[in-house]
Amino acid sequence: MTKILIMGATSAIAQATARIFAAQGASLYLIARDPQKLADVAADLKIRGAKNVFSRTLNARELDQYRQVVEDAATQLAGLDAALVAHGTLSDQQACEQSIDRLVDEFTTNALSVMALCTELANYFSAQKHGTIAAISSVAGDRGRKSNYVYASSKAAINCFLSGMGQRLSKSGVKVVVVKPGFVISPMTAAFKKSALWATPTAIAPVVAQAMIRGTPVVYVPWFWRPIMLIIRAIPERLFRRLSF
Amino acid sequence: MTLKLSWGNRPRQAQRVTTLTSRHEGIPTESSLLPFGNGRSYGDVCLNEHGVLLATRNLDHFINFDPKIGVLECEAGILLSEITKHTLPHGWFLPVTPGTAFITLGGAIANDIHGKNHHRAGCFGAHVLSFELHRSNGEWFCCSPSEHADLFTATIGGLGLTGLITTASIQLRQVQGPWLTGSSHRFANLQGFFDLSSVADESNEYTVAWVDCCAAGRRLGRGVFMLANHTHGDGSITARTPLRLPFTPPISLINRYSVKLFNEVYYRRRSAEKSVARWHYQEFFYPLDRLLEWNKVYGPAGFFQYQCVIPEQDAARHLKEMLGRVAATSSASFLAVLKKLGSIRSVGLLSFARPGITLAMDFPNHGSRTLALLDSLDAITREAGGAVYPAKDARMSSESFQQYYPAWREFSGFIDPNFSSSFWRRVTENIKK
Repeated sequence: MTKILIMGATSAIAQATARIFAAQGASLYLIARDPQKLADVAADLKIRGAKNVFSRTLNARELDQYRQVVEDAATQLAGLDAALVAHGTLSDQQACEQSIDRLVDEFTTNALSVMALCTELANYFSAQKHGTIAAISSVAGDRGRKSNYVYASSKAAINCFLSGMGQRLSKSGVKVVVVKPGFVISPMTAAFKKSALWATPTAIAPVVAQAMIRGTPVVYVPWFWRPIMLIIRAIPERLFRRLSF
Repeated sequence: MTLKLSWGNRPRQAQRVTTLTSRHEGIPTESSLLPFGNGRSYGDVCLNEHGVLLATRNLDHFINFDPKIGVLECEAGILLSEITKHTLPHGWFLPVTPGTAFITLGGAIANDIHGKNHHRAGCFGAHVLSFELHRSNGEWFCCSPSEHADLFTATIGGLGLTGLITTASIQLRQVQGPWLTGSSHRFANLQGFFDLSSVADESNEYTVAWVDCCAAGRRLGRGVFMLANHTHGDGSITARTPLRLPFTPPISLINRYSVKLFNEVYYRRRSAEKSVARWHYQEFFYPLDRLLEWNKVYGPAGFFQYQCVIPEQDAARHLKEMLGRVAATSSASFLAVLKKLGSIRSVGLLSFARPGITLAMDFPNHGSRTLALLDSLDAITREAGGAVYPAKDARMSSESFQQYYPAWREFSGFIDPNFSSSFWRRVTENIKK
């Protein structure tokens, strides 16, 4: 895996994963919204061993840009082997309950933009008959809860979308990887009270990188979220409605 | 409010934690701030009860590295272990390293740390070319020996009180690879240490000794002396997979029996006497980094570390008295280290390292019994004209601190008005004016 596009490159999980690929001498095409943070990350990855680092600022909601972004990445890197789609926001659930504009914004950022970028990547990779598309989803997407169902349903949407897309691409040698992190200690979750279930980006990044290399269809990070979510998904809806977690 | 702990697991203090995410964002405007790196200081220099800790670990980006001259610029929240991982393949090593690689660059500067090469290289601060210091009023300064030199010397060893160090540039030291070669020698008593040290320090870059704090009488101060120098040879620089103590045992695993047994075995083991030894740098510098969270072995009550420096003149007499007192109590120390500090002047106004012999010991926290012992050690340090290391301290009195660090009044003029720490309040407030 030597030529990688990373969307949301300044996010904690993306940075930790990119550092692994950089240490292996990969060439990276980084995309993020904040130019200053993006420049910091680009310089850092270069020193950590990346062969080439290109960067581009983009607001994820500019859906019409993605075709050009993928083309540009492939040109700059002289090819493309993999993409890690890691951007996202932790939606303010209560604000979204009061404002349709907020709701649409969150869905555009966390679901539609992922679908748009993955569609462009799928077409590019299927034409060249190889490639890996990995997207950071969330365990939250496995079941909607009252505390975060806007965020959760946007993740559920990409899970379903990528499952179908993975099926479509399976014959063409393109791998689709859905990464479902549990609680991750990052700037996005700075306001939360932490418990033993919380993991650091550095701890989960090697699992993400390995899943990308192997093409694992769905990976829970850390692993213990798989049995936890299995149980949570198995709760009958009638009972689930009365629960308050 | 979050309970944030330092390495000694005490004091247990509640404070809010604000995670910094970018060095360009500036400092929050709240009151009573203190930078918090990786929490490897033992006591309360890294704590700020009822205040705000600025967590710096996300400021961990490399900015510039010139492998031709070994100058590295990076953000201050990066760990020394990360620095070595990326510079060693290019033939560059830390100019000074403490006994753990799991401290941040900012912490290394703020405590002006020293290492086993102090007699050759001085403290970490001597190798800092410049740093960026952000103050709570929005100002920021690029400090170096020639620019804002007064803030530079106040911030080195300044315990994080002069503002937030966001980035720093350091001069690395050229090496031929990850290996060290040297030798290891038993010494039968304290005089044996002085004899070995006076010869070895002249011709070796790294020297350090482990001391058996349980040994008394004729064997008082016996131990193992190690000396080493960088050498060539290929080899992996990647970290060994560390082990982790999975939980805090309900009581301290360190007691007089386990310590006595450990010390006896450690002294008698075959490899304690070796005319030619070869170490991987991690094995030589960071033996305890192999066991993550080793501090948990002391149980929920935590532990104290006592590190002092005693001026060389009369050092033998004072150290004998200290070791005798420790051996006589049941709270014997299991990790005790002796090292001669050299005469290179520390850059910082409040730097700990000064010429003399430094002794570092760990003590399980047995409450007032342990505190009384440490106070009696302080009486010796004060009489000897020595000093105690703030990075390791959780209990020294304000009278002791102010005697050890006479520059503290001058230093306090450089403190950012919005910055404070539990340590600083403890050693400067409630004093007789």
